[in-house]
Amino acid sequence: MRRFIAPILLVLLAWKGLLPFVEWAFVDAVWRPDAAACRAARGACWGFVAEKLRFMLFGTYPFDEQWRPALATGALIALWVLSGFRRCWKPWLPIAWLAGLALIGMLMWGGFAGLAYVDHERWGGLALTLLLTTFGIALAFPLSIALALGRRSALPVVRGLCVAYIELIRGVPLISLLFMASVMVPLFLPGGMGIDKLLRAQLALILFAAAYLAEVVRGGLQAIPRAQYEMADALGLRPAQKNLYVVLPQALRIAVPPLVSTIIGFFKDTSLVTIIGLFDLLQAVKVSLQEPAWVGFGTEAYFFVALVYFAFCFAMSRYAARLEKAPSAPPSAPLSALP
Amino acid sequence: MLAAAAWFIVSNTAANLESRHIASGFAFLRREAGFEIGERFFIAYDSAGSYLRALAVGLANTFKVALPGIALATAVGTLVGLCRLAKDPMLRGLAAAYVEFVRNVPLLVQLFFWYTLFTQLPPPREALEPLRGVFLTNRGIYFPLAGSVPVLDRFNFSGGGSLSPEFATLLVGLTLYTAAFIAEIVRAGVRAVPRAQTQAALALGLQPAAATRYVVFPQAMRVIVPPLASQYLNLIKNSSLAVAIGYPDLVSIANTTINQTGQAIEGVAVIMAVYLTISLAISAFMNWYNARLGRR
Repeated sequence: MRRFIAPILLVLLAWKGLLPFVEWAFVDAVWRPDAAACRAARGACWGFVAEKLRFMLFGTYPFDEQWRPALATGALIALWVLSGFRRCWKPWLPIAWLAGLALIGMLMWGGFAGLAYVDHERWGGLALTLLLTTFGIALAFPLSIALALGRRSALPVVRGLCVAYIELIRGVPLISLLFMASVMVPLFLPGGMGIDKLLRAQLALILFAAAYLAEVVRGGLQAIPRAQYEMADALGLRPAQKNLYVVLPQALRIAVPPLVSTIIGFFKDTSLVTIIGLFDLLQAVKVSLQEPAWVGFGTEAYFFVALVYFAFCFAMSRYAARLEKAPSAPPSAPLSALP
Repeated sequence: MLAAAAWFIVSNTAANLESRHIASGFAFLRREAGFEIGERFFIAYDSAGSYLRALAVGLANTFKVALPGIALATAVGTLVGLCRLAKDPMLRGLAAAYVEFVRNVPLLVQLFFWYTLFTQLPPPREALEPLRGVFLTNRGIYFPLAGSVPVLDRFNFSGGGSLSPEFATLLVGLTLYTAAFIAEIVRAGVRAVPRAQTQAALALGLQPAAATRYVVFPQAMRVIVPPLASQYLNLIKNSSLAVAIGYPDLVSIANTTINQTGQAIEGVAVIMAVYLTISLAISAFMNWYNARLGRR
């Protein structure tokens, strides 16, 4: 009897759920960017996505210059993929990141060698989501290492400050940090000196990511056997050398799988900047939906966005799973370090 | 250097507040809020109420969605987690597909998706009735409660219980999102109990159900409870996304308060203090729980 339950459930699901979905998404769907045809049809309106694709990818970046964010996005993804190979976990990798990020910034802003200057207020879409994620992680990572080492410091003041910072940030929702960046920080600065909204939000994202990454790095540090520290001491290494040459290279390797999970979470969390009005992928979609011709196609639009986020996150989570299973992979860090 | 930075910030803030005519301090909490809150729970409030009372209503609304969310997410998550361990490959596949899809899409996108669905429902006159007495409309969901049945008036239903589209969106979104994470925790917890434990229980003559209940379950709980508590905390923190769809939780009321009074520092401080208290309370509970496990 019991072995029939699952097939029956499955058939019921296919009949009640999958069939109407396939009809909606494929059979009755309209693929041309034609709002009138979409309203007449019963199925999904993928024409909306076709029409607004460039806008969703690059936001309000000047249309003729959109090869620049396209190239920058390609470079960002290349940096991430490169960092995924174990072979590339060498001292030159951070240098490649620094150079890559500098080049991407130059490409996006322009203002030299015939490239028109584009203010970052006009950056948007998927390109902005990826930029916020990448710059967020890249700048939070060094900070998180400092915090993780500080949390294990012998000095009570340093340790206390690091613990307080990490627990404070992890205890409050990200949206409160973004509010802080958007409404509170302007009060802290002298009248004429304004940092604009995008940079303030990026700063809040960096501070947020650092606290979570610090816990992951700490998990890696805890997995290093005591003997490693003692041997480094016995060799006469100074504390900085001990961390740089002995402890961190091992700890960071161990921490890679949970690190990837944290990065996935952070990538998803960048969508919250929509709430304070930044022009990321999700906001680009919301704005597209406000255009009178396309009002009412939210289901299709959000389904499409969900697929885009899914593609990135699923690829990363498969990668983390493979690392964990790889025979040469060191034991994984404690899961409690994950958010 | 730290002191110099602190002085820089404090002096700038004081100058800015003065130039914008904002009085610092929490005195504004006693002033009249003057805005309506569409959804109330437990605490009486009208637009003549103080900001403090409005914030209290917001906090009550946060719990109104978070507590049922925690219960539902635990139930759905446990079910899906057990399905992922089932013998049947189709059931396992389905559960895995659910978990992978939901975990890899931002909660905010899911909330917007559900909100679109709930607000695209037909108007009350053409309400969907999936079950007898349960009506799905673009004004909310109406269902029989405590002997009272929803009846269609001129414009809307009255009587029975009702859920606003915002509340329903938030509850469904938070439940399905957190359930996917809980499913993984349950699966890992059950997997962490060595097979030999089940075999030994069966060898002792226990029925499979009894072996699960008395041998596997208590051991799995030790692995499950700590990450489960942090998922509960995440759910409470994630309920702050209510502000994006217009459900009046603590964060969205604090946000309105900030916009009306300009007291950004106090408003953000209130949000942070409340969430920090909740999160510290949960970690204190976890420490107590772990200590209790350690004694046994």
